[in-house]
Amino acid sequence: MSLIGHNTPPIFKRGPAPTVRLMLYVSAALVLLVTDLKFRYLEFMRQTVAVVLYPVERAAATPADLVLNAATYFATLAKVQQENALLRRQQLRMSEQLMRHEQLARENSRLRTLLGMREELPARSVAADVLYAAHDPFSRKVILDRGSTHGIAKGDAVVDERGVIGQVTRVHPIQAEVTLLTDKEQAIPIAVQRNGLRGVVFGAGAGQLELRYLPATADVEPGDTLVTSGLDGLYLPGLPVAKVLRVDRDTQAFARIFCLPVGGVEQSTQVLVMGRLNLPLPPMGGGEDAVVAKAGGGS
Amino acid sequence: MQPTNRSQRILQPVKLWYLYLSLLIAFALTLIPTGHLPGVPDWLALVLAFWSVREPLRVSLGTGFVFGLLVDVGHGAALGQHALAYVLLTYGANALSRRVLWFSPLEQALHILPLLLLVHVVMVVVRMLSGADFPGWWYFTGSFTAALLWVPMHFVLLFPQFRPVERDDNRPI
Repeated sequence: MSLIGHNTPPIFKRGPAPTVRLMLYVSAALVLLVTDLKFRYLEFMRQTVAVVLYPVERAAATPADLVLNAATYFATLAKVQQENALLRRQQLRMSEQLMRHEQLARENSRLRTLLGMREELPARSVAADVLYAAHDPFSRKVILDRGSTHGIAKGDAVVDERGVIGQVTRVHPIQAEVTLLTDKEQAIPIAVQRNGLRGVVFGAGAGQLELRYLPATADVEPGDTLVTSGLDGLYLPGLPVAKVLRVDRDTQAFARIFCLPVGGVEQSTQVLVMGRLNLPLPPMGGGEDAVVAKAGGGS
Repeated sequence: MQPTNRSQRILQPVKLWYLYLSLLIAFALTLIPTGHLPGVPDWLALVLAFWSVREPLRVSLGTGFVFGLLVDVGHGAALGQHALAYVLLTYGANALSRRVLWFSPLEQALHILPLLLLVHVVMVVVRMLSGADFPGWWYFTGSFTAALLWVPMHFVLLFPQFRPVERDDNRPI
């Protein structure tokens, strides 16, 4: 090995020159970057290293946990009592709704069978705590304390008590990474609850979302509620996502529609991870069976 | 003996286990979840820069690359993002190593600051090229805190080398 700024005499064999080594390492890093960002081939390698790093990460998270725990520990009794009363009221309201919901669900399934529609798929859900916000300052992500061993899968929807807050984008055995709705690269298919108009909502930064690719004449008003449409086969349909904040129709072809998320995207600490149970695959090989299955599934 | 730099004392040679232990501790420190708190220094970049200046034959591009990959996985960042930045950092620090040790620790920090800023700039450029959002100007404040930490860091990391060869119970260190 030789030092930068000092050319090694050729009689001593000391490895490649610093500039050559720099070029080698820089190109290796660039290749890794392109493979990871463009093709996402390196997930397996990432997983392996992540499992090895897990104990270090947990140890590093301890100071943050201590600070958080101390904060909750010193919360005043009055505050706890207040919260307790609020929760009681909420539970009362919920139990009433739940009773009605059970009855409605039964009625719904009866009506669905009457109409010959397929039963709605049951969902699986896992409750999880948000451990901390991810380190990467370029994206909006949080880490959950549940992972693939608890039944979380990539692509699951993450909701809090008010609405969708994000999607699971990376699963480790005991942790999962959630990309929040406000992330610039996060998209979610929605339907306007009032009229069923479908669209896709993207993160717009600054805690806002943008409903893109709708014509300037689209029937969307400020105050409309957007819910998941379920068309992607990942999210359950009907989960509240956002409320329309303002609609700007002065642009040429598409309206610019800004929305505020309904759920506490950047605040929630307890979340529910919801996934669809796997759809039964249509039989292979085409033919009549496949056509029938397709027709049945399309309803 | 020919004077090497302004370190007034003749230092003992560095112990390899201490060098790597300090790098590992710095790595663990970078994993502390601080959320998006402004001004949190990149500990690993600081310690890497320190050893690349002090021990250019031991800590150089390869060390930066490997630790960079570890941080990439630990932070859930794009693979190669920190690796690229740290390779450039260690290269720069290696190149500075013959010159920078003649200055006092505070002046050394001034030399290191541009390198630490470079780390952040490289990462911002890489991520923004791939379509990420600009993280805000506070993101760069971390390198200034890190440069300030150079002075205390200097004494902490060199501490074992300050010790004299023979043990003397009447001397503090």
